[in-house]
Amino acid sequence: MSEPKKIKIALAGNPNCGKTSLFNALTGMRQKVGNFPGVTVDKKTGLLFLNNKTEALVVDLPGTYSIYPRRIDEMVTFDVLANPDNVSHPDVIVLLADASNLKRNLLFCTQVIDMGIPTVIALNMMDLAEKNNIRIDVAKLEEELGVPVIPMNAREGKGVDKLLKLLSGEVAKPKRSFIDMQKLCGDAKELSTKIPYSNEYVAALLAVLHKELNGFPEEKHKLIDEWVAAKNFVVARFQGEEVLQRYNSINRVVKDCVNEEQKENKSLETTSRIDKILLHPLWGYLIFLGVFFLVFQAIFAWAQYPMDLISSGFSTAGNYLHDLLPTGMISDLLIQGVWAGAGGVVVFIPQIMLLFGFITILEDTGYMARVSFLMDKLMRTTGLSGKSTVPLISGMACAIPAIMSTRNIESWKDRIITIMVVPFMSCSARLPVYTLLVSFAVPSQTVFGIFNMRGMWMLGLYLFGFLSAIVAAFIMKLIVKTKEKSLFLMELPIYRWPRWGNVGVTMFEKAKVFVTDAGKIIVAISVVLWFLASYGPGDEIKTVEKKFEDTSFTSHYSSVDLDAMRQSEKLTHSYAGHIGHFIEPATMPLGFDWKIGISLITAFAAREVFVGTIATIYSVGSTGDMDMNKLKARMHSEVNPSTGQQVFSFATVVSLMIFFALAMQCMSTIAVVRRETKSWKWPMIQLFYMTGIAYLASFITYQLLR
Amino acid sequence: MNKTVIPLSLLKKGDKAIIVSLDNSALGIKLMEMGCMPGEHLAIDYIAPLGDPISIRIGNYLLGLRKDEAVAIKVMKQ
Repeated sequence: MSEPKKIKIALAGNPNCGKTSLFNALTGMRQKVGNFPGVTVDKKTGLLFLNNKTEALVVDLPGTYSIYPRRIDEMVTFDVLANPDNVSHPDVIVLLADASNLKRNLLFCTQVIDMGIPTVIALNMMDLAEKNNIRIDVAKLEEELGVPVIPMNAREGKGVDKLLKLLSGEVAKPKRSFIDMQKLCGDAKELSTKIPYSNEYVAALLAVLHKELNGFPEEKHKLIDEWVAAKNFVVARFQGEEVLQRYNSINRVVKDCVNEEQKENKSLETTSRIDKILLHPLWGYLIFLGVFFLVFQAIFAWAQYPMDLISSGFSTAGNYLHDLLPTGMISDLLIQGVWAGAGGVVVFIPQIMLLFGFITILEDTGYMARVSFLMDKLMRTTGLSGKSTVPLISGMACAIPAIMSTRNIESWKDRIITIMVVPFMSCSARLPVYTLLVSFAVPSQTVFGIFNMRGMWMLGLYLFGFLSAIVAAFIMKLIVKTKEKSLFLMELPIYRWPRWGNVGVTMFEKAKVFVTDAGKIIVAISVVLWFLASYGPGDEIKTVEKKFEDTSFTSHYSSVDLDAMRQSEKLTHSYAGHIGHFIEPATMPLGFDWKIGISLITAFAAREVFVGTIATIYSVGSTGDMDMNKLKARMHSEVNPSTGQQVFSFATVVSLMIFFALAMQCMSTIAVVRRETKSWKWPMIQLFYMTGIAYLASFITYQLLR
Repeated sequence: MNKTVIPLSLLKKGDKAIIVSLDNSALGIKLMEMGCMPGEHLAIDYIAPLGDPISIRIGNYLLGLRKDEAVAIKVMKQ
């Protein structure tokens, strides 16, 4: 048998027209999520076996209302369709149109048809159209549009087999055009002959947008510039005139093919009734709070059970491996470095899957658009838009899934600012640190009759994080420059039931993308941190080991105490210990001695590690069998040998709280920001600006309180 | 009936109108691309509790837009 022919198929259409349903119906689980080159726009591709001679690679293009892009993701759609040099440039386009809303959908459809690539129209949501008394003469529509039209209901898979049959044969080039190029811009034929594979319309589109294309060949740029200058081609006029011409053609098509009874549109009426409650000044916000309390509860509390299982599973397996492998540096590297790092990656999966499960349900049902609608004005006072609501709230559980969820923000500027401020929100990893510090420094007394003083402090720390995020967003809005204009302008889709298959696929894909993309960086940093905490200069560590092998010394202590003491001494003699000493001149003005310095370094693995490290340094045992009261007692008695003062003074502890509230101390956040912005620039800016602010704020706090 | 042409942003909840023209700007073109063509009927479906944005029914769908975006659409109240 010969190799099957490989073709490329692109799915394109308006947002909310069922593209995802059709993509899933066509490719099933044979799909993968990647990135379009050069931009952070998800590229979903899947394999489709048409017959034993043809295999198709289906790419799901970002939904758009027009071929003229307003955002980065829509630019991708233009690039793929108009630029024959793009790797995803299709042989056949499957163009989706929402039958219940045909007129608006036909604008983009006729634009794509005019590009001259073989095209099939999948007329989706026929069920909805029927329900609302919209009757479409499909044969007539096919004739007037000059391309095959297949009525379907992609959610239920109806009509998909017909589409497949058509795709396995040869799809012809479109027969008709919907605009008069001569009237629009004179003659573009000359240009189209110079740019291979382009017809007149594509040539004119390239003339409008070629400067925005990634990797568009230099000689073509020159050709186009010469033509634009010679023809006195005005971009804005062309675009405006084109839309008017198109709607003239579309109105004729709609008049001939669509018979709409002047009854009320049932779907819209139902949606309107639901909106009456969900957009209500009181109920609307109460329901919003309820929904997000549930989401928050899920990633904050429910995720804890699988996370604990994963942590204990990894440490049990680690111990098992430890017994299995010969002792030595390699085995330590594998178990305490690589294996522990891998555990630190996997542990985020429950939170990521839960959050994206909820987000997908909220989007599928149409509620997410309402969240933006309700929150837009409030969020705009901070300089962001309604779309940043979900990431900011999720950030109170964990910055990792929260930053991943910023992909739903189309404006690049809003997205980058949201990413930059989300880590200020008090995440769950700060909770153990706050708990230790607050219960250490604040007495448990009741104030104003009902409030516990410690609870008030905790609340204060959460508010502090939230306010820091808001203020940072406000300032950044003034600093970050962009050409893009932030628009709200969005469709409020009708309410529908979620597609559970789609929810499952998204949850799985998001977890996979995190593990494969951010996982490598997290494991690498984890190995470095392990090395710093386990090895020291010269033979200092060996000397410690020798000391604890000497029976004349060890016979005075119990084995539990000995183990704690040995770990403490090893850590203080490690590279991390030396770095702690080295940075002490810089941390002392904040009230942190070198031991706290060590803990700040190790807390870079994850903030909660701070508690375990402090416990190790003060020889009260490692995390497993740690006794909180013993640790606090030990912290109380700790005295600075050179000054004779208490190390954990009130000023120091409050300064530590402030530091943890503001500093960028999470390698996983850095890894995920690198993944989401596709550069090291943003995570590095974030690391330095957040830690810089933290340093300053802690400095001021300590100096005022001491 | 009031025949004066006003910006869409001045309409109240429940008002119906016909689009007369759109601003000659990038936003105006974008709005046309989303179905806001001269001659189309529209109705104000909801105004967000804080007064902005607004939701309009146009064609067979609901479009959410901010008031400062709605200014680009000039309408005649029905």
